[in-house]
Amino acid sequence: MYGRGLRFLSIASFVALTVAFALVFFYAPNDADQGFVYKIFFLHVPLALVALGGFVAGGIYGIKHLRSGRREDDMKSYVAIHLSIILGLATLATGMIWAKASWGHWWVWDEPTLVAFLIVFLLYSCYQPLRFAIEDPERQARYAAVFAVIAGAFVPICFMSVRFAQASVTHPRVLDSSGSLPGSMQLTLLVSLGAMVLLFMTLWKYELTSKHAKAQLRTLKRRLALGA
Amino acid sequence: MSTAGAVAALLRKDLRLELRTRESVPAMLLFSVSTFVIFRFGLDRETLAGDLAAGVLWVTLLFAAVLGINRLFVAEREEGGFDAFLLAPVDRTAMLWAKALLLFAFLTAVELAAVPVYSVLLLGPSPFQALPGLAGLLVLANAGIAVVGTLVAALAIQTRARDLIVPLLALPLLLPIVIAGAQATAPLFAPAGAEPLPGRWLTVLGLYDVIFGLVAFAVFDFLLED
Repeated sequence: MYGRGLRFLSIASFVALTVAFALVFFYAPNDADQGFVYKIFFLHVPLALVALGGFVAGGIYGIKHLRSGRREDDMKSYVAIHLSIILGLATLATGMIWAKASWGHWWVWDEPTLVAFLIVFLLYSCYQPLRFAIEDPERQARYAAVFAVIAGAFVPICFMSVRFAQASVTHPRVLDSSGSLPGSMQLTLLVSLGAMVLLFMTLWKYELTSKHAKAQLRTLKRRLALGA
Repeated sequence: MSTAGAVAALLRKDLRLELRTRESVPAMLLFSVSTFVIFRFGLDRETLAGDLAAGVLWVTLLFAAVLGINRLFVAEREEGGFDAFLLAPVDRTAMLWAKALLLFAFLTAVELAAVPVYSVLLLGPSPFQALPGLAGLLVLANAGIAVVGTLVAALAIQTRARDLIVPLLALPLLLPIVIAGAQATAPLFAPAGAEPLPGRWLTVLGLYDVIFGLVAFAVFDFLLED
């Protein structure tokens, strides 16, 4: 039941990623100041947005699990957060490469978006230690869902207070100023973002399918052992 | 029994326990004073002023709070208080408010002693001008630490590695309080005398308290269910 549509999703995200990278390399113009290196932005921004979106999805499925108590919702929340942590690590890595290339330092503290993202990433990194320190599976699911909700509420507060603490804002704000981007860059960014969303959904579905198949296999084995 | 009555009963029980065992508050206070001494040598300064003074005070109070958070539910866990509470016909959020008020009281008690000690040991400028602003900030910050600390303590108490989970979760979650507190206290500790308190940080702290108060109210039930 979980495997349905997986082949289509995989092909679609492969095609979308290929198109996105083709656009990044051959279609989007080089930046006037930064030249070629700014193009990491077409990877960095979608990664960051999809990671934050994944955290939000984890929180929503967490609420769903608390309301319904169904195991699938907890699995969905867990896989979304766990994939977003990986994407978050990639976001920090690409952000640091870009910062080194354009500002000359690997890490810049007077950069609210970077710092807030780091704090959020540190908080979500505690998800797995917390989850696997609880043995009882039902309690594990419930506590993980509570964590997902708390952390979800924390994200906007964190971004707000870190931004307040900085007098100047140098980080490019893509979402506010997308009107100021040239059309070709905007198109490339949108395609890259779409491809990243597809990739996230494919990976999410793959992991859910695998977890579901494993659980089914375990039930079958147990039944076989009982029968024999 | 009304919720307010249950909160009062739980709070009375915990305060009496603390008065008899003297476990949390003295430990938090001793830890704070030791940390001041560590900062004196770690930073190699005999007096502090401005943003450095604000930072040292808030970091110390944060770490002392983590100690208190770690101990918050230990008595319930070890002596079966959770089961007794769940058997009682009262609203489960009573436990949240009672523990948050208790943590608030602990933090206030620690600060009443730690801030004077800090101003004698390390603070350069006179603390008296800064006092009204600092008191307001501390009250708002204590409320936030109390609510988030109670949530974290309740999350961690049922895990195998409570001592590890509490600081791991509490430090990032409480960072906005340290940011707001340190930023707002820096002008109060200015070397040339206290400057006015930037009001927007009070807004940030108030917003943090309200949001996490609501979140805690919404999710706390699930941490006690069994």
